[in-house]
Amino acid sequence: MIRVVLPQHLRTLAKVGYEVELEVAGPVTQRSILDALEARYPMLAGTIRDHVTHQRRPFLRFFACEEDWSLESPDAPLPQAVASGKEPFFIIGAIAGG
Amino acid sequence: MSKVRVLVGTRKGAFILTADGKRDKWEVSGPHFAGWEIYHMKGSPADPNRIYTSQTSGWFGQVIQRSSDGGKTWETPGGGITPVPGEMPKVESNKFVYDTSSPDGKPLTTHQWYDGTQHPWEFKRVWHLEPSYSNPDTVYAGVEDAALFRSTDGSKSWQELPGLRGHGTGPKWQPGAGGMCLHTVILDKKDPKRIYIAISAAGAFRTDDGGKTWKPINRGLRSQYIPDQTAEVGHCVHHVAMHPSKPNVLFMQKHWDVMRSDDAGDNWHEVSGNLPTDFGFVIDVHAHEPETIYVVPIKSDSEHYPPEGKLRVYRSRTGGNEWEALTKGLPQSNCYVNVLRDAMAVDSLDKCGIYFGTTGGQVYASADAGDNWAPIVRDLPAVLSVEVQTLP
Repeated sequence: MIRVVLPQHLRTLAKVGYEVELEVAGPVTQRSILDALEARYPMLAGTIRDHVTHQRRPFLRFFACEEDWSLESPDAPLPQAVASGKEPFFIIGAIAGG
Repeated sequence: MSKVRVLVGTRKGAFILTADGKRDKWEVSGPHFAGWEIYHMKGSPADPNRIYTSQTSGWFGQVIQRSSDGGKTWETPGGGITPVPGEMPKVESNKFVYDTSSPDGKPLTTHQWYDGTQHPWEFKRVWHLEPSYSNPDTVYAGVEDAALFRSTDGSKSWQELPGLRGHGTGPKWQPGAGGMCLHTVILDKKDPKRIYIAISAAGAFRTDDGGKTWKPINRGLRSQYIPDQTAEVGHCVHHVAMHPSKPNVLFMQKHWDVMRSDDAGDNWHEVSGNLPTDFGFVIDVHAHEPETIYVVPIKSDSEHYPPEGKLRVYRSRTGGNEWEALTKGLPQSNCYVNVLRDAMAVDSLDKCGIYFGTTGGQVYASADAGDNWAPIVRDLPAVLSVEVQTLP
């Protein structure tokens, strides 16, 4: 099981707790995790990446094993610790605004 | 006894204010969707328990919320958890995608950018939701960048009405300070095929065939801030209002000037009359008196607060030109709030109730057509929109 930590507002929107667990088919990448997340929680489609282009929304970042993966290819394999469920995949909102 | 339900969208969530027909004791529910910008909430005339909400965020984009029990509970239509892991959802909720016809067809097009170059349409948010008079599952959405969408399945899925962007003047539309937004959608109860919309900064438009074809309706508008002051499009219309019994009579608050049309927008004339300033955002019509209209003059261009620090609603009982200041119960010193374009509404009780919200977080109500005012709440986040439902 892949573990995903969502920002607070998206937890509220999806009515879930601090992290969710997902079955991810095939290689564990940013794209495959987000595909699985949006399939299970359709209300999150468009909130993390664009509906059509699948570009990451500008004020969100993706972290795995304390590394920023936001600018990596969405198809790059994530660390084994994320693929095995030992470490979560973090979706983090920028701290900004009033 | 009748009740009223006031739907308030703010910078940090939605609030629902309810009272009986006396409108003197209010219950406040909220914040709903705390922390999100709520650009607009509106109930269905066909089913008052059906309420649509535009929830938006610079971080997370656009979400549509829907209630089927008068705002007690909410759902993201089409967005419920997929019951079986791995199964794909049947619809894609919150998806607003512009028509992508081929470049030599319609309506894929560009609009004018701030520097005068052409720029592609990019979806930002839903400014206004307008439910159908007859079907609670049909609702229109005015969006930024300016376009009109419609859902016929209770807002699970959305389709653009592409004839608006495709009719030809799109390349001349340009964003105002708030973005290039389609902020006003007016349905004609007597003629379901007629729809009015307004865009900042393009102007007003009308369809008479249910949204297939559109025409600009801006003749008579004059805008000092554009090169051709009487151009067919390019005007910064702030809001338009209509009384349901007189669908050919429209009232407009433009960036400058309060305007009136008696022929469904084909021709406009100014009715600013004795207003202290003819700049403002809101305009609305009394529920039972089609010639009684309301505006809130705002000092502009650079300040955007009430003249002299006095919050005054102005009422005309003559359909414009002759205006009286309504001040009882409103702050008459040191008041520097704004009243944004969708932040005024009327109920249909007898006497007609008038409501408006401010960027200072107050929602004011008058239960006697504007003669006397009192705040329902005064410390909400900045108010973006106010709508009212009159309930049996």
